Amino acid sequence: MNAIVTVVGKDQVGIIASVCNQLAQYNINVLDISQTVMQGYFTMMMVVDMSASNKPIEDVSVHMEEIGNQSGLSIRVQREDIFEAMHRV
Amino acid sequence: MLTQKDIFQTIDMIDKRHLDIRTITMGISLRDCAHPDMKASCDKIYDKITKRAENLVAVGEQIEREFGIPIVNKRISVTPISMVAEASDTDTYVPFAETLDRAAKTCGVNFIGGFSALVQKGCTKGDRILIESIPEAMARTERVCASVNVGSTRAGINMNAVALMGRIIKDTAKITEDNDGLGCAKLVVFCNAVEDNPFMAGAFHGVGEPECVLNVGVSGPGVVYHALKNVKGRPFDEVAETIKRTAFQITRMGQIVGNEASKRLGVPFGIVDLSLAPTPAVGDSVARILEEMGLETCGIHGTTAALALLNDAVKKGGVMASNHVGGLSGAFIPVSEDEGMIAAAESGVLTLNKLEAMTCVCSVGLDMIAVPGDTSAETISAIIADEAAIGMVNSKTTAVRIIPAPGKTVGDRVEMGGLLGSAPVMPAYNQSSADFIARGGRIPAPLQSLKN
Repeated sequence: MNAIVTVVGKDQVGIIASVCNQLAQYNINVLDISQTVMQGYFTMMMVVDMSASNKPIEDVSVHMEEIGNQSGLSIRVQREDIFEAMHRV
Repeated sequence: MLTQKDIFQTIDMIDKRHLDIRTITMGISLRDCAHPDMKASCDKIYDKITKRAENLVAVGEQIEREFGIPIVNKRISVTPISMVAEASDTDTYVPFAETLDRAAKTCGVNFIGGFSALVQKGCTKGDRILIESIPEAMARTERVCASVNVGSTRAGINMNAVALMGRIIKDTAKITEDNDGLGCAKLVVFCNAVEDNPFMAGAFHGVGEPECVLNVGVSGPGVVYHALKNVKGRPFDEVAETIKRTAFQITRMGQIVGNEASKRLGVPFGIVDLSLAPTPAVGDSVARILEEMGLETCGIHGTTAALALLNDAVKKGGVMASNHVGGLSGAFIPVSEDEGMIAAAESGVLTLNKLEAMTCVCSVGLDMIAVPGDTSAETISAIIADEAAIGMVNSKTTAVRIIPAPGKTVGDRVEMGGLLGSAPVMPAYNQSSADFIARGGRIPAPLQSLKN
């Protein structure tokens, strides 16, 4: 199963590093990544493969949100299906 | 491949535009719970509900976290209690309501619907006992919702039941007067009630439904409102197209959540009810959508046309997004639960008469309306009769959920709290409809041809 990780917040050093590091600890593989910085705001979207993850997605989602809160970032981990459903007929 | 724009559009809808799954409602048949001994019947009901819905809330919360979409309410609907309780030898069904309340609390759901009777053509013994039990049941329980169907396009309107319900609503307001007549917010009088509605207070598990089923209600007035901001001043064709597109996206969300929940609970998926259900939160209002179309205030001339377009476009967009659309699907116009409606009613622009006209084209009817506490039972019955007539003739569901607020008068405000919001007390006619209501009998079913 694929999931979408989104990170939004004020740009700062090490955002990608810390998110990827955390994902690696869960054994979650990053398939695709795109990011932009607009007017000081950092926006990143990743497609990740959850199939070998050592934690269920709901736990990953809650934990990543907490990590984001610590550094003023909004980090979400959501199943890819919901975006597919909304944007594809 | 999904683009970054798609992803952030969805997140924006959830974060800033109040997009949510309004409810996942489990319908449970209680037809096998009838028993001559009331206590035995109540025990069977409690056991069945708590067993069937044991994991409903946990599964709902799990899906919320995985998909990152809020599921605001988890609820239960059951077979109309008048049918289940009728076999029991008793003259009050209040203990059945208390049983439902207890089961709802055990399961962790915030409402349970089905303290109901279907009496469009006449009352059985059980129907009558149920209706007479409503005031006390509403006072003694917290989470139980009651509904009574008094008319249908095929049966006509049962005016005896209409007369009775006027009195029952007054009694319910009186017995819950310490809470501004809150009991009336949990009581709906229907014409053409639907069997698979997941929304409260009118949800019940119809007799044509399976043993257990999962229905989903989606919402998103804020998303539609925001989408319309992008077509300011454009012709109505584009307005309708924009609403359809948005409704499609919202419904898809309901469909995927419904499928997932039904799989995990091992219960068949019933329908998605695509209703624009407002909340008192700013930015989650149906009235503001109508105003965005170019009306200075909701309730002025043009409001009915705007609502007709909205209601129809919502259905058209939603139908293709789900394999089964059902329930009440359309736009709700509950006054107390809609920030824009409250403002329009308080300014005196939105009146009961205009609301009645709006119910000809919206999804349900006169909803969450407060009238002065001294409004007579006959006047309330007459309001119900008018509303039922609209539903009967137009082959649509209509309903009345009205609060004759004890001790309050025009200009006062009724505080319901939470999602029920607060309602400004609106004027009703003081002149009497008593002789009209006193006639009783039935209004015959209307002709379905020669439509003019």
